[in-house]
Amino acid sequence: MEFTSILFYVFALYFIGSAVLMVTSRNTIKAAMFLILSFFSVASLWLLLEAEFLAITLILVYVGAVMVLFLFVIKMLDIDKSTVRAKFTKYLPLGIVVSVVVISQMVLVLSAGQFDLDNSMGPVRHAADFSNISQLANDLYTLYVYPFELAAVLLLTAIIAAITLVHRKEGRSKKQNIAEQISVQAADRVRLVSSSPSKSKESK
Amino acid sequence: MIVLSDYLILSAIVFCIGLAGIFINRTNIIMLLMCVELILAAVNTNFIAFSYFGSDIAGQIFVFFILTVAAAEVAIGLAILTLVYRNRGSIDVDVTNSLKG
Repeated sequence: MEFTSILFYVFALYFIGSAVLMVTSRNTIKAAMFLILSFFSVASLWLLLEAEFLAITLILVYVGAVMVLFLFVIKMLDIDKSTVRAKFTKYLPLGIVVSVVVISQMVLVLSAGQFDLDNSMGPVRHAADFSNISQLANDLYTLYVYPFELAAVLLLTAIIAAITLVHRKEGRSKKQNIAEQISVQAADRVRLVSSSPSKSKESK
Repeated sequence: MIVLSDYLILSAIVFCIGLAGIFINRTNIIMLLMCVELILAAVNTNFIAFSYFGSDIAGQIFVFFILTVAAAEVAIGLAILTLVYRNRGSIDVDVTNSLKG
C-alpha cells in the first residue's frame, strides 16, 4: 500500500468520525469543535488532491473566520439545552433511514463500474515546481473574471445585509414618526419674523 | 492506489451524515447551519476530486466560488439567527411559526 493511500484512509476516517460526532453532539460548542476537526481533515484530503490553495483557504477562511463567527454567536446566545435535548431523538430513526438509503444507493452506483470512472480518468503528474496557485490565478483572472467580480459584489451585499439586519435601531438611527409627520401644522414648522434690514446691520 | 470512486464514496458518506444531522438536529438553527457547512465540504471534495483526476482546474475554481457563497450565507444566516433570538428569546425552529396559517 502506498503512503498516500494510508494518508487517505487516515484522513477519511477522521473526516467521517468527526462528522458523526458533530451531528450527534448535543452540546453546540462541541459540535462546532468537531466541525473544525472535520474541516482540518478535509483540507488534508484536498492537499492530497493537489489543491493546495483551496486547502489553505479552507483553513484560513472557514476555521479562522466562519467557525469563529459560529462560536461567537453560540456563546453570545443563551441556548436552552433542555428543549433541544427533548426533541433530539424524535427524528433520529427517520434521519438514519434516509441517510442509509442514500449512502447505499450512491455506493452501489459508484462502485458498480457503470461509468468506468477509475479507468477513463487519471491524474496528471506535475513537476515538483508546479504551482497550483498560479494555475488557479491564471484561469480565475482571465476566463472567470466576471464570476470573480460577481462574487465580490455578492460579498458586499452580504456585508450590507448582515449589518442592516443586526444593527440596533433604537436611538442610533434616524427613524420616521409617521403620526407626528401627519399631524403637523403649518405653525409648527414656519415661524414668521418681522425684521428690517437696517436693524440687522446695526446688530452686527 | 486511491481512485476517483474512493473520493466519491467518501464524500457521499459525509454528505449523508450531514443530511442525517439536519434530520436529527431539526430544531436547532445553529446546528442546521453547521450541517449545511458539512454537506458543502463533502460536495467540494467531489469537485476537487474530479478536478484532480480529470486534470481540469475548473472544478477548483467552482469550489472557490462555493466557498465565497457559503461564507456570505453563513454571515446572513447568523445575522438572521441573532434577530430571531432577539425577538423570540429562543432559536428553536418551532418557535418561529408566526407565518404559519
